[in-house]
Amino acid sequence: MKLHSLTAHQILDLYKSKQASSEEVLKDVLSRIGAVDSRVRAYVRLSNQKSAGEGSAAIPIAIKDNMCTQGEEITCSSKILKGFHPPYDAGVIERIKQNGGRILGFANMDEFAFGSSTENSCYGPTYNPWDLTCVPGGSSGGSAASVAADEAVWALGSDTGGSIRQPASFCGVVGLKPTYGRVSRYGLIAFASSLDQIGPLTKDVTDCALLMNIIAGYDDRDSTSVNVPVPDYTKALINDVHGIKIGVPKEAFAEGLDSQVSQAVEAAIEQLKKLGAVVKEVSLPHTPYAVATYYIVATAEASSNLARFDGVRYGLRQLSANVRKTPVIDMYEETRAKGLGDEAKRRIMLGTYVLSSGYYDAYYLRGQKVRTLIKQDLDGAFKDCDVILTPTAPTTAFKVGEKASDPLSMYLSDVYTIPANLAGVPSISVPCGFSKEGLPIGLQLMGKAFDEEMLLRVCFSYEQNTPWHTKKPNL
Amino acid sequence: MSQEFETVIGLEVHLQLSTKTKIFCGCVNVFGSAPNTNVCPVCLGLPGTLPVLNQQALLYAIKVGLALNAQINPFIKFDRKNYYYPDLPKGYQISQYDLPVAKDGFVMIKTDKNEKRIGIKRAHLEEDAGKLVHDDRGNCSLVDYNRTGTPLIEIVTEPDLRSPQEAYDYLNTLKLILQYLNVSDCDMEKGSLRCDANVSIRPIGQTALGTKTELKNMNSFRAVKTGLEYEVCRHKQVILSGGRIIQETLLWNDEKAMTIAMRSKEQAHDYRYFSDPDLVPFTINYKVIDQVRAELPELPQIKLERFIKQYGLSEYDAGVLVIDQAVAVFFEHCCQHYEQSKKVANWLNGAVLKEMNERKMGISELKLTPVNLVALIKAVENGVVSNLAGKEVLKAMLDSGKTPAQVIQDKGLVQVSDDSALMAIVEEIINQNPTVVEQIKQGKPSAAGFLVGQAMKKSGGKANPKKLSELIIRRISNA
Repeated sequence: MKLHSLTAHQILDLYKSKQASSEEVLKDVLSRIGAVDSRVRAYVRLSNQKSAGEGSAAIPIAIKDNMCTQGEEITCSSKILKGFHPPYDAGVIERIKQNGGRILGFANMDEFAFGSSTENSCYGPTYNPWDLTCVPGGSSGGSAASVAADEAVWALGSDTGGSIRQPASFCGVVGLKPTYGRVSRYGLIAFASSLDQIGPLTKDVTDCALLMNIIAGYDDRDSTSVNVPVPDYTKALINDVHGIKIGVPKEAFAEGLDSQVSQAVEAAIEQLKKLGAVVKEVSLPHTPYAVATYYIVATAEASSNLARFDGVRYGLRQLSANVRKTPVIDMYEETRAKGLGDEAKRRIMLGTYVLSSGYYDAYYLRGQKVRTLIKQDLDGAFKDCDVILTPTAPTTAFKVGEKASDPLSMYLSDVYTIPANLAGVPSISVPCGFSKEGLPIGLQLMGKAFDEEMLLRVCFSYEQNTPWHTKKPNL
Repeated sequence: MSQEFETVIGLEVHLQLSTKTKIFCGCVNVFGSAPNTNVCPVCLGLPGTLPVLNQQALLYAIKVGLALNAQINPFIKFDRKNYYYPDLPKGYQISQYDLPVAKDGFVMIKTDKNEKRIGIKRAHLEEDAGKLVHDDRGNCSLVDYNRTGTPLIEIVTEPDLRSPQEAYDYLNTLKLILQYLNVSDCDMEKGSLRCDANVSIRPIGQTALGTKTELKNMNSFRAVKTGLEYEVCRHKQVILSGGRIIQETLLWNDEKAMTIAMRSKEQAHDYRYFSDPDLVPFTINYKVIDQVRAELPELPQIKLERFIKQYGLSEYDAGVLVIDQAVAVFFEHCCQHYEQSKKVANWLNGAVLKEMNERKMGISELKLTPVNLVALIKAVENGVVSNLAGKEVLKAMLDSGKTPAQVIQDKGLVQVSDDSALMAIVEEIINQNPTVVEQIKQGKPSAAGFLVGQAMKKSGGKANPKKLSELIIRRISNA
């Protein structure tokens, strides 16, 4: 039996019936990593954790390289954090450990989560398990690829503008960005604090519910974490969508959408209708401004969040041979020049610009106002429907290097995922087909705040009636 | 060209709040620990950590706001002030920009003519930075992050101060109010109270403000005054010689008694303020505000007026008592046991204050209870001991913690009022001072004071001076 190819709930069943032990599962997954990771390059580092984990949730997991874990090096795939060993566990890591989880290693990502292809990593790119010449998406590309390639049973990623859902779509796995405030951000190295949220990447919807049961909940160390009861998400796994109202924004099927993606998503809509869902058109008139708004809000916060990487306390410190300004300013400049990649520098400059005196009102303040309008669009739509359905990404996975020199076209690959971050609502991507080239296509659902259960229910019903989640890449 | 100028000054006071823990983490908030021992991942700004507001700091800030007659904003938020400095671990300081805890207050100060209202523009919460230690031997600088995250409240005045003296008076008045609130030790030497000043001058009659300069690095209220005096003088010289003041930040050098340019307006930071997404905005419930208001102590100005009215004290006496809240409380305790309030004030402001200064102790550290002080005052008033001996008794009480009765007995200081015992001394003094005796006889009775003094000395302070005076006058007029 290939233990590594199983889902978490299948493995848990084996634990229960004593047909497999956590040691056996761990061993099998590690040997899978040994067999394929030299080609996929999902991991940047394996963990130092010795035990195989125990208990009902002893599932080997991949962690994005931006969640602080005690006793490990955590770098956000950036040179500037090389050698940084956080002396504490992130909120989600504590929960994983408390539940007996086994951290396999740390998954590759775009540096500081800046990107949609996992090419902006100081460790080099991760490759898509379905086609090794393609990107896995990003920024949680390593996490998505590890799950798709059976190098992890499940994984955690973080999503600021689509960084869980877009790679889930590209790699043919399930990815959920929970409601802002549902999962603790404590210990997640921040990209854009008002948008970041940690979430699961799993092989199917059931696993997504199981992993949410572990990571969701209030954390008093995170002021933006919301203290509301956490449901048992597995109770939402109901194979029935009768009467559930699904809104499809007319803006979603616009210019730039790949025809194969469009067809697959339309087919999924038909399938859901057949299963009894009520599909209606909605309008989200401000979503065409979502990408522009996002690149103002997110970069502004990032420019400030990344200011702490200055060479003074941890990570890279680059001293100057000759004093140009003052020794301290030289150190800042050289450390950041050497330690940060091009995309990080680009976003820091953008963010610094939009917050600068004289430009703040025209950019940052305006951006915040449009953000409110986008949120109101979604609030309005949710008055008439339970979920909103769109493609996850406008295309399937693109070739490594294809968009590397065209940041704007790269930014547009998050056009469908960004509104959920701006509005703070939960959003999920599930597989809904394959292109004729054999690349996975993803379907995105957005839900009302704190109603992850509705997303899981609709996706579970869809998954039970479609074969996509059972397909595996040929590695 | 002779021209009269008006000085315009605004002050920014930073006050460290003496909360148990720091403003955004659980580290203890104390001064003087070994470097980098009161730190945690949060105040070190390690990646991934998040701030959580200390409610005590917010309550203290509301308290300060209310004591400064300010409005408490029902909705507040925190903002990031972005700049690079090695003592600032996150690369930004969490502060408040457009929605501070308190705004639009005032402080009344006494000028030589009358009272003056100094507007308080705002008071906001923020976190303190760490401290750089420059090591000359090692050719390097070290950073101590213990202070990082200490809660600060910044109190900003309107440009209402018209002279360095007014600035000085305002600072003293403000400090006294803050001490009464018991939210900070207000110790400038430890850096728990710091002051920056903005100053400009303009021709009298002009309404537009002149170009200002900002003064930093004053380590005492005296230095604030001297620095401002220097700067006002410099502004006048520059303008009168046809020059222009450049808007800049200057450092006051106390040793050289001059200001030194630090950075110009062009070099000024663009702090790129924006609201901190890690801290959700707070709604301050009016019930919380009412609760804090109800718990406010009686503030110095109110106490002063009450002391004058209730105890019939002079403004001076009441003022001296009120300057030290503990002394004021001690005074009122004494008055519960003794109705001669004026006498109590005299003792506290005289002999007791002198002992406090000599011993460098606060009144609560002295071995003195209100009951014992009242007993001592009564002993003097009833003639058990002389006024002079009373001061000796006080010293002994403070040394030993004994009651006045015990001290008087131990030292044998009971006042001698017995005529026969005193007469011998009187005879001796009169015989030794014939010139003075002659003056008294010629109608200068005030000269008798000298003889009383001599006789007191002779008695070792034990004689009853009133009795002595009577005996001396009777003896001379009978002669």
